[in-house]
Amino acid sequence: MSLKDMNKEKLVTGDWDYAGMDSQIGGVVLDPARHMEAKVPPFLAKFMPESVRSPWWVMFGIGFVFVNVLLLSITILVLTGIGVWGNNQPAGWGFDIINFVWWIGIGHAGTLISAVLLLLRQQWRNSINRFAEAMTIFAVMCAGMYPLLHTGRPWVAYWLMPYPNVLGLWPQFRSPLVWDVFAVTTYMTVSILFWYVGLVPDLATLRDRATNKFARVAYGMAALGWNGGSRAWHRYNHASIMLAGLSTPLVLSVHSIVSFDFAMSIVPGWNTTIFPPYFVAGAVFAGFAMVIALAIPIRKWYRLEDFITMKHFDWMAKVMLATGLIVAYGYAMEVFYAWYSGQPAELALLYNRGNLANTPYSWAFYALILFNIAIPAFLWSPKVRQNLKALFWISMSISVGMWFERYVIIPLSLTRDYLPSSYGYYTPTIVDFGMFAGTIGFFIFMMFLFIRYLPMINIFEMKELWHHMSHHDHKEHETVGGGKH
Amino acid sequence: MAQIFKPAMNTICTLSLLGGAVAPFGILFVGSRITRSPHNTKVDNPLDQPIPFSHKHHAIELAIDCRFCHTGVEKNATAGVPTTEVCMTCHSQVWTNSPNLEAIRQGWETNTPIQWNKVNTVPDFVYFDHSIHIAKGVNCNNCHGPVNKMPITWKGRDFRMMWCVECHENPQKFLYKDDSHPGQSPRAQVFNFYKKLATGAKLTPEEHELAMGEVQKIPDDKVHEGYQNMKDRKVNVNQLKDCWVCHR
Repeated sequence: MSLKDMNKEKLVTGDWDYAGMDSQIGGVVLDPARHMEAKVPPFLAKFMPESVRSPWWVMFGIGFVFVNVLLLSITILVLTGIGVWGNNQPAGWGFDIINFVWWIGIGHAGTLISAVLLLLRQQWRNSINRFAEAMTIFAVMCAGMYPLLHTGRPWVAYWLMPYPNVLGLWPQFRSPLVWDVFAVTTYMTVSILFWYVGLVPDLATLRDRATNKFARVAYGMAALGWNGGSRAWHRYNHASIMLAGLSTPLVLSVHSIVSFDFAMSIVPGWNTTIFPPYFVAGAVFAGFAMVIALAIPIRKWYRLEDFITMKHFDWMAKVMLATGLIVAYGYAMEVFYAWYSGQPAELALLYNRGNLANTPYSWAFYALILFNIAIPAFLWSPKVRQNLKALFWISMSISVGMWFERYVIIPLSLTRDYLPSSYGYYTPTIVDFGMFAGTIGFFIFMMFLFIRYLPMINIFEMKELWHHMSHHDHKEHETVGGGKH
Repeated sequence: MAQIFKPAMNTICTLSLLGGAVAPFGILFVGSRITRSPHNTKVDNPLDQPIPFSHKHHAIELAIDCRFCHTGVEKNATAGVPTTEVCMTCHSQVWTNSPNLEAIRQGWETNTPIQWNKVNTVPDFVYFDHSIHIAKGVNCNNCHGPVNKMPITWKGRDFRMMWCVECHENPQKFLYKDDSHPGQSPRAQVFNFYKKLATGAKLTPEEHELAMGEVQKIPDDKVHEGYQNMKDRKVNVNQLKDCWVCHR
């Protein structure tokens, strides 16, 4: 498809009516047969009983196994203490913070899509916002586990919050780690609220269409008595605009504050002002990569090609390309600052990153450049942006690359500090890897439960978009920035 | 299709929303009250002891110095409880047939110590030292409550960290000074207070409050005196609030 055709393509293709949309999207939840339609690869099918021979069960099963790995790792950790992790002097931070930052970053695409694009009236957000928001929530859950467990006593995690306690103590408000607590808890709360408010009209649709008594009661309770009246819609619009307004600064603030954890310190390689913007760009970069990586298979398995079109992928890829370039600029500036500062410690860090032959971590730095800059450069080509396989693997590469970014930042700087006496090497343990694989499993597990029990595409927004497109002239429904009504 | 919910659901829904909004505050409030209640802190709960020992009788009516029994209080981290021998110093001569003192005579004969029940305790991660507090002139009653009025010993204060920190932050408010013997060491002045109580000497209003079990507070117009005390006694207030002072 040429670029010109691409611009002409609509945001919803095919021939639909409202009921058809309800059953195509809502049916994924209400009709278990929809989960059995897609085929699993033959080498897997051999081992699977017929009743569970579907991609949903495969993914759910993988998620379930790794959730248990996670539980096992947490049990070992809590029973033994955080010494079972690889963190030790001089690397007081390791996988826990790497993965925390990685997961928080992944969540950012959801907020960007749902809040910023809503305020900008970008209609292409409608079909991807719901599961991007779900992704945000599950990613923040994964992220939140790490600092809580790293405290060593997660059962007194409430000490992180400022409250009038019998100790007469307050958190250290000058510490970015405390700002982190506020940033992440606010982010979690607002994301859940936004997600839930957006779900209410769809839950009402499910309530009305469900035939099973239990489902009707459950969705009915969750729909909070939504009756679809104009008053309800009026309030809904107000609420969602207000929540979007609340979430928009969070897109920028959360990862800025996460970056302060590093930028506020004097550790070489951390103390740079470029950190907040380049962390935010990296977060959106990683987040869109994860949205694409999830959207490609799910769209295929549930026949949602008409709602998540190639146009969506094209635009998401462009967002990735843009944010990826900001990230690349960030890397360049890090190098420049190190050189320009003339500080021996900063220059030494540059040497430690760049000298492949003589330093322990430089392989990670080159892996980062490969996964985060070199491979995503293929997105410049419209053909690559239209090739779902390529897009999927580029997204995967970005996910890996963004993980390496944090890996390069954290252990490298901590183990090559100012004093040669505090040089060291960070080696993660099996429990570290168990936690990491476990949170990925938890994320998959939650995502597929979400797909099973909640509508993954915003049904009413799709209907609204469809209405808008079929009642206005041809010229107008091509433009996406033209306003909703 | 029939309605899923009855009309009553509207009320239930509204109430549950309201309840959900109020409940967290209610739970937090109740929880904070329970943790601060005497049921949890054991403040004002007299503890049964093998021998019903009265501080009021011994320290005030008989005017025995605190240090006669709590021998470690000036030198050691712990004030210490008296050995059987210390009790028997007197009780080999007085009240030799009292049934209340049967346990102490038993202990004396069989050479086994009395197992007193601990009234005041701090967690293992708190390194509390009596000697420094006495040396700087923190009165016993300030932390232990109205010991001079206790027929059986109870915990006078709840020993929560906030309470410790209050004094470590503003020691000028809590240092005891015996105005009738200003030349004596702060340590000696602490015990003068109990002599005053025993002899019925006239008390200053602050001393009266201390004797009644109130926390000693220097009134605002005397606070410069408190600062002077602090200076004279070399209380280094800048480091008193450092974590390592109590948590090693």
